[in-house]
Amino acid sequence: MKFNKYIVLVIVFFALVILLAIGLSLDPREVPSPLINKAAPDFSLPVLESQNPKELLQSNTNSKDNAEKVVNNLNNISPRDLKGKFWLLNVWATWCISCRAEHTLLVDFANKNPDVTIIGLNYKEVRGDSDIDSSKMSEETERSLADSRAKKWLVERGNPYDWVAMDLNGRIGIDYGVYGVPETYLIDKEGIIRMKHTGPLTPEIINSKILPTIKSLGM
Amino acid sequence: MWIELAHFALISAMFIALFAGVISLVGAAKNKVAQMAIAKPSSILVCLLVSLSFAALINAFVNDDFSVLYVANHSNTLLPLIYKVSAVWGGHEGSLLLWILMLTWWSALVAVLSKKLPYEMLARILGVLNLVAFGFLLFILATSNPFLRILPAVFEGRDLNPLLQDPGLAIHPPLLYLGYVGFSVAYAFAVAALLSGKLDSAWARWSRPWTTAAWAFLTLGIMVGSWWSYYELGWGGWWFWDPVENASLMPWLVGTALMHSLAVTEKRGLFRHWTILLAISAFSLSLLGTFLVRSGVLTSVHAFATDPSRGLFILLFLVAVIGSSLILFAWRASKLQAQQSQNNPEKAISAFSIFSTESLLLVNNILLVVVCATVLLGTLYPLIVDVFNVGKISVGPPYFNAVFVPLMLPILLLVAIVNYSKWKQSSIMQNVLKNKLVIAYFVISLILAIIIPIVLNKQNSEQILLEKNNSILVEICLFAGIFLAINTIINTLIRIKQQASLFSVPMAFYGMQIAHFGLAIFVIGATIVSTYEIEKDIKLSAGESVTILDYTFKLNSIKIVEGANYSAAQGDFDLIQNNQVVNKLYPEKRNYFSSTMPMTEAAIDIGFWRDVYVSLAEPIDKDKPLDAWAMRIYYKPCVDWLWLGCLLMAVGGIISILDRRYRKGIVKQ
Repeated sequence: MKFNKYIVLVIVFFALVILLAIGLSLDPREVPSPLINKAAPDFSLPVLESQNPKELLQSNTNSKDNAEKVVNNLNNISPRDLKGKFWLLNVWATWCISCRAEHTLLVDFANKNPDVTIIGLNYKEVRGDSDIDSSKMSEETERSLADSRAKKWLVERGNPYDWVAMDLNGRIGIDYGVYGVPETYLIDKEGIIRMKHTGPLTPEIINSKILPTIKSLGM
Repeated sequence: MWIELAHFALISAMFIALFAGVISLVGAAKNKVAQMAIAKPSSILVCLLVSLSFAALINAFVNDDFSVLYVANHSNTLLPLIYKVSAVWGGHEGSLLLWILMLTWWSALVAVLSKKLPYEMLARILGVLNLVAFGFLLFILATSNPFLRILPAVFEGRDLNPLLQDPGLAIHPPLLYLGYVGFSVAYAFAVAALLSGKLDSAWARWSRPWTTAAWAFLTLGIMVGSWWSYYELGWGGWWFWDPVENASLMPWLVGTALMHSLAVTEKRGLFRHWTILLAISAFSLSLLGTFLVRSGVLTSVHAFATDPSRGLFILLFLVAVIGSSLILFAWRASKLQAQQSQNNPEKAISAFSIFSTESLLLVNNILLVVVCATVLLGTLYPLIVDVFNVGKISVGPPYFNAVFVPLMLPILLLVAIVNYSKWKQSSIMQNVLKNKLVIAYFVISLILAIIIPIVLNKQNSEQILLEKNNSILVEICLFAGIFLAINTIINTLIRIKQQASLFSVPMAFYGMQIAHFGLAIFVIGATIVSTYEIEKDIKLSAGESVTILDYTFKLNSIKIVEGANYSAAQGDFDLIQNNQVVNKLYPEKRNYFSSTMPMTEAAIDIGFWRDVYVSLAEPIDKDKPLDAWAMRIYYKPCVDWLWLGCLLMAVGGIISILDRRYRKGIVKQ
């Protein structure tokens, strides 16, 4: 039988379809972080201080041992303190609408995975909020306002974090390449960033990306 | 109540389309008249049902029925009436409903107007159109139903995206969709030809007006979209090579090739396979465009809300429509060929010489398809790179400009000399050489193409000159445009002089010349505006002024004005030329109550030779919106020629449809 040259068209078309089908499962807006498989940038930030354990417990009795968590009485937190632990760095702020949706999931995740340390990086709590004019605010006022806002949020919505680092001016956010809140980083025992997710966490992301990555790295 | 009825009408339309499509195709295959007879009334019925459901949706918008989820998401009681109507297609679900509405109108028109088509052919064409309509109706009802209720009803709707609250956007989608979907008729003609095995010049003559009409609407749709982005987005640009724009350009390019290839198939019975393939491709690219826009596989400024299940459905639809027709083509095309060479004893006729009209059109066709392929490659390249996991890239204007312009230039020159060519004969060379005037046109165009840049460069010399002004490409593009314009005008005049009266010249000839002249105008405008536009970013407060060339913009004041559903900071400018106020300009920055994103309303003084353009960017101090503002001022020479050119192209297309030839019905072969 003579070769039908038009079959080539059909083949090309179906190749295109396969390409588009794979494309459907990808997110074009997702930009890979250059920090993957690199050491997590170092920082030393003040933590959300001396939360009242009882207050937190009252509002969130079914949550993991909040009391234990907040009693971790560090004044500053740095990735060096977390050597030997798997940890998530979750970038959030109270003005961030998507963080609200994500927060419930994160609390749930914290309860189910007590072995994973979760660090909250509170990002530009006051400066990032377009409703507040922070230009004439003193550093102390900004700090106390940020603390009270963050605490109120955790009291109301539950606290999934072992520590919350306060990045008031967003300096550490620059080191990590934060370009949208919320963002989540997974860092292994050696302090290497293994995964980054931009945007709110979803059950799919947790089940298909975060948990498998943790498992594959041996934990 | 009406909404439920509309919902029901849409479901009925889906089943009728499926039923009628299958029955009429089977009937045509078995040559059963009774079964074929179902095609025509059912196409009209489907059209009526879809129109009814569309009307009900408009009604729900006009009456603020916020118990309908789609209305609650896209409208608001404060929205002006015209935008309540255009909000119907302001979201995903409604725009698909508009798509299907256009499709059913086209098929109803084919059903009503094609009285002289052979019965069997009409049944096949309508059958194919009905099946396409079925696929889209299924898509709408399964994934994007605009008729879902939300109970209890919400008190107030979320409002239409403020970017879309604009007269340009009220008409852009309908025109664009008329064009996109119009190619479905050419597609149905092609599939019908493949099914029947009949592909003669009568077939080409029937499908020509439909193709040209779709092409003209697509041209208008793209034109309005470009014009809208020019004045609404406040960046002063008119084409961004965004994936969604490319999605409309690709069917346009292939549609242009198809129109010309159909001309050859009609007049000379040649390029049959090529014509069929182009007809399938034009509609396939329209569907691909729909997929790219609606599935979110590519990043685009047209950030529509996306949903993977919708993307998957359109992809499956794509496979069904394009895949099946390509397989049909591969299977039947070789048979058509065999039949053709047997039934065509005068094989000598199909030969044509290298400088004939046929070759000219063939080269033009190949170039257009190559341009389309490069645009497709650039558009899909980020996706390809992502799929093979070799990184994330974006392909922008530098790539497209670099490949598009050089490929389009030879097309322009071919169009310019088409008047000197004849069918079959090797005539261009002799005609051009015989006609000494052509050399004169050539020289005049060349001189103009050299002088114009010198003059404009001098005029702009006080402004910052960019490197692009020094490119030889500017002169080449100008030459091509001017040469084309001169040739088109002179040859039209010569043709009119040869004939007894103005009206004995066929309409198709006028249509062609007008469209080609429009192309020339477009090219000249595009070249001049992209080379000699001037942009200034500047801070101004009340009382201050800025000067570009001989225009002075004086800011008198900034005040707050209230609109129906927004409040805005409005600048009050005097546009001064030669110490006289020639116009007042009122650019606005609007804050819509329903949205946090401020909208820019540029103020444009439109002129034939130039536009001047002011748009407000940001207040220098957010707390003092009546103080100094950062603003952009543009001087855009010949920018309106772009849209004038497109308009002429579309008008040319429509005039050529009116040609007597298309109304004569079946002509003896």
